[in-house]
Parts: sequence; C-alpha cells; structure tokens
Amino acid sequence: MLYYFYYSMANILELRRLVKHFPGQQAVRDISLSIPQGSFFSLLGPSGCGKTTTLRLIAGFEEPTSGDVLLNGEIVNQRKPYERNVSTVFQNYALFPHLTAQQNVEFGLRRHNAKDIDRRVREAIELVSLTGKESRRPAQLSGGERQRVALARSLVLQPDVLLLDEPLAALDPKLRKQMRLELKAMQRRVGITFLLVTHDQEEALSMSDQMAVMNEGRVEQVGTPEDVYLRPQSRFVAGFLGTVNWINGIGVRPESVRLNRAPVERGAPATVTGSVFLGDCVQVLVKLASGENAVAQLSRCDAAFQPGDSVHLAWNASDEMTLP
Amino acid sequence: MKLRSWFLLPTWIWVWLLFAAPFVIVLGYSVLTRGEIGGIEPPWTLESYARLVDPLYLTILWRSFVMASVATVLCLVFAFPAALFISRATSRRNLYLQLVMLPFWTSFLVRTYAWLFLLRDTGLINTVLQALGVIHAPLALLYNDGAVLLGLVYGYLPFMVLPIYATLERLDPSLVEAAADLGARPLTTVFRVVVPLSKPGIVAGSILVFIPCLGAYLTPDLLGGGRTVMVGNLVQNQFTTARDWPFGSAISIVLMAIVTLLLVIFLRRESESLV
Repeated sequence: MLYYFYYSMANILELRRLVKHFPGQQAVRDISLSIPQGSFFSLLGPSGCGKTTTLRLIAGFEEPTSGDVLLNGEIVNQRKPYERNVSTVFQNYALFPHLTAQQNVEFGLRRHNAKDIDRRVREAIELVSLTGKESRRPAQLSGGERQRVALARSLVLQPDVLLLDEPLAALDPKLRKQMRLELKAMQRRVGITFLLVTHDQEEALSMSDQMAVMNEGRVEQVGTPEDVYLRPQSRFVAGFLGTVNWINGIGVRPESVRLNRAPVERGAPATVTGSVFLGDCVQVLVKLASGENAVAQLSRCDAAFQPGDSVHLAWNASDEMTLP
Repeated sequence: MKLRSWFLLPTWIWVWLLFAAPFVIVLGYSVLTRGEIGGIEPPWTLESYARLVDPLYLTILWRSFVMASVATVLCLVFAFPAALFISRATSRRNLYLQLVMLPFWTSFLVRTYAWLFLLRDTGLINTVLQALGVIHAPLALLYNDGAVLLGLVYGYLPFMVLPIYATLERLDPSLVEAAADLGARPLTTVFRVVVPLSKPGIVAGSILVFIPCLGAYLTPDLLGGGRTVMVGNLVQNQFTTARDWPFGSAISIVLMAIVTLLLVIFLRRESESLV
C-alpha cells in the first residue's frame, strides 16, 4: 500500500512486555509494540485503558514495573526524561506561561546548547504557521495557536519520536477536523515518528499508518486502520471503532447494511422501529426477528421507511466480520 | 439595609477604629509641639519633620532598610527550597505545614528570649563548644547585627514559606514535566520555570517579611542589645525615654510613606511586566 513508502521497516521505538503497576491499580499489563521509524502510529482506547501511562513510560515520566522501552534499539528504562530524545505534546500543551511563543520554542534548544537557534526557531515557527506571533505569550494565543506552539517547541528538537497525548481533545470540533489533516501533513513533511494517544476512533483511523487498540492495560489489536476497522479480532475492537450489528454471530457495520422489501439470500427479516436523521445520512432502527436491535445507515433517498414496515436486512459477504 | 451589608460591619469598625483613627492621631501628633513631660501641645509645626534630616537619623533609617532587605533575602533563600519540598511531598504535606507554623504556638517574645539563652556567653552554644574544647573563650554571638538578622529571619521565615508554598502548590505539574521533556535538568527547571512562576508568592512573601522587619523593635532591642538601633527602636525611644511624641510620630509617618511609595512603585512595575 502507498503509505508503506513513507517509513522504513526499522523500528525506532519498541516496547517489550511493558508492565506498570500503581498502588491498587494495574495501569499497563504486558504491552509489546514495535513502532516503525517515520510512521504515524496511534494508541486508541477508552479512558483508563493505560494508553496515557504507556506514553508517560516512553517519555520517562514513569518507570516501568517490568519490561523494557527501547529507543533506537537501546534500552532506556533508567534514563530521565531529559536524557531521552523523545518529546511530548501535552494534552493541555503545558506551555510556559511566563515565556513568549518564541522563548517557548527556544527552551529546548537552549537546554541542549544547540547552534543556529535563531534559524531553527524561525523554521519551526514557520512550519506551524505562527510567523508574526512570536512575541505573544500563551495567554494571548488561541487554543489552536497554543497547540501549534507546543508542536513547534517539540519538533524543533527533532526528536526520535514525538509523543502526542490527546492533542486535539481541547480544540473545538471544526478546528479538530482541520488539525487532523494538518498534523498528518506535518508528520509527512518532517519525517519524524509520531505516536498519538487518543480515545477518538475517527482521529486514529484518519491519521494513522498503524494503530494499536488498547483495553484494560493490554493491546487488543495492532494493524492498519483498514485492518482494525474491517477485520477486528475481538468484539471489543469491533465495538470501539464503531457500531456493529451482531446478527447470528456475524458482525455487519451499519453503513454496510441495505434494507430490502423482498426477502434476500444473505439477510435477516426485521421490523422498522424508527429512524434518526443525521443530515448527510439517515439511520433506520430495526428489530430483528430474533428480538435484537440493529441499525442501517442509509442515504436519504434510500430511507423511505415507516415504523412497522417489514423489511429484510441485506449485506455483501465481503462486509461480514467474523471473530476468530 | 441588606443583611449582607451588616456582615461588613465588624470589618468597618476594625478598619476605622483600629487603623484609620490611630493613623489620623499619629499624623496629628507629628505636626504638634512636644509637651513638657511627654504628650503634645500647640502650636502646629513641621519642626519634627525638619529634625529628621539629621544624618544621625538618616543613618538609622538607612541601616533599617539594609537590615530588613538582608533579612528578606535570607528568608527567601531558606524558604524557597522548603516550600518546594513541601509542595512536592505527597503523604506528609500537612505535617510539614504544621511544623512551619509550629513557632506560632508560643509568643514571639518568649521565642526571642529563647535565642538569648542560646546565644549569650554562658548560653547553650558557647557552653557546649567550650566543653568540647572547640573554643576557649565564648564567641560573641549576641548583641550584634548577626544576632539581629538571625532573630528576624527566624521570626519571619513562615511568612515567606507559606505564600511561596501556596503558589507552588497551584503550579501545573505538567510544566515541570515539560521542562524535563525538553531537556532541562532538575536545577535548570527550578530556576527557569519554577522560580519565575512562583513570583507572585515570592513577592507576597517578601512584602510580608520586609515590612515587619523594617519596623521591628523587639528583636533588635533584645538580640542587638541596644547597640543595633533600628528605626523601630528609635520610634519606641521617642515615645518612652525621650518623651518626644511629635518626633516619634513624624518618624512613623515618614516610614509609612516610604514603604507605601516603594510598594506602589514596585507593584506598578510588576503589573506592567505581566502584560
């Protein structure tokens, strides 16, 4: 597939049987992952699944209870955050409020006694399109602009891995969608490995080259977004990435379901119970003969059904999800 | 009148009766003539203020500013690490805060006397050092500027620790993590991030320490032994031994005016630098 050309097969980051216990809580239970250099990788899962703890273990804010974190093939468990060449974009951005945007971006370079600070800062600020706002303090910037400063502040250090902790969660929905595209484009441009933590499946699906779905401190499945969405290996993964109609043990996504008036070969009889207008599509709610509820997501012109109508659910064999 | 307004009554009584009224009285005394056996008499005069220009009094005023400044800086140096430690403690934070406030359980006078017993020639420190053979004659620990500074720092340290602690406690921990993440070692993080962000606490603490130190009279009186006269002692002297109430009032007014002026200039500069 096309995007395999963007990154090599070498792993820049590897987690080996990583475990982290907190008093009274097992945040991370046995996680192993390999993250290819130059890829956009997402950790997706509900809150409390251990994805943020995993990120903090990689950044060095937490020490693993057992297992290893390898950066560039080297075990870095004992290294402090300031000794690891990774950088974090925090959920609340954690910009230094007493420094200007420019000084925030300079901060890391000054700590590393870098050369060419002025040029590198200018380039980083250009990369995130903040030219002209260098002398503003975080309080004088909008939420989106603050996030750009946070990105520039980390990217300017050219880390081996950029860790992003729910970076879009604090933005309003419209800006969030735009930033998805920008983040992805930015990652391609700079070629730095991005590791994104999110609970938003659309975010993970739309940006990632590969993603890991996590649940209760474990990785449930790793794969490309298509793999994970179309061929989930567990009920949890199938359900977390979107609605699934479970019909006689077979899973079918609402958008793969058609409604026929006449019986079909591969289908199930049902009764329409209602519908939800969503603007770009209509969700028709049905009750199967077996008593279970199902949803069909149809375009507006295909959705002329009234409650009480007898219908037959139909789908293509290729859209069936069967769990191992 | 609304019930809510009545709740303000104690505060109004407090402010007018115990602050504004005495201030007006002192202001009035300062422009009257000295009485025969203390007290005040007419006519109105500015003579007390004119006498303040005497180099003797200016020196005392200057000395007091230096002593109060040094005490404030020393308090800051000792208080900041303590406040940082307490704010980062997880389980015993309340215990440490109680320890900081423990000295308030005893009167300031008693605690200052305690220092007298520790520092004097036959006091604990000299006795122990002599018994151990470290020294042969008692060290002059008392009745000098050092003893006064020690007493001031000891007395006002909690007033520096608590405001700094309050700002550090509200400091977003992710800022400290971000600094480390960007390559700052712990000490760099403290000086580049933690100290600048605890500035409001440092300012509040410095004001809380500097002003009472400037007017201190008990500590210089007991630990300085009268040799180390600060402006507080001068005022006290005018109202007691010298029986010159107008002059004592004039010194107080000038001291208050200087402190107010400094605060206004300082706070104005602060609020400008925040923009």
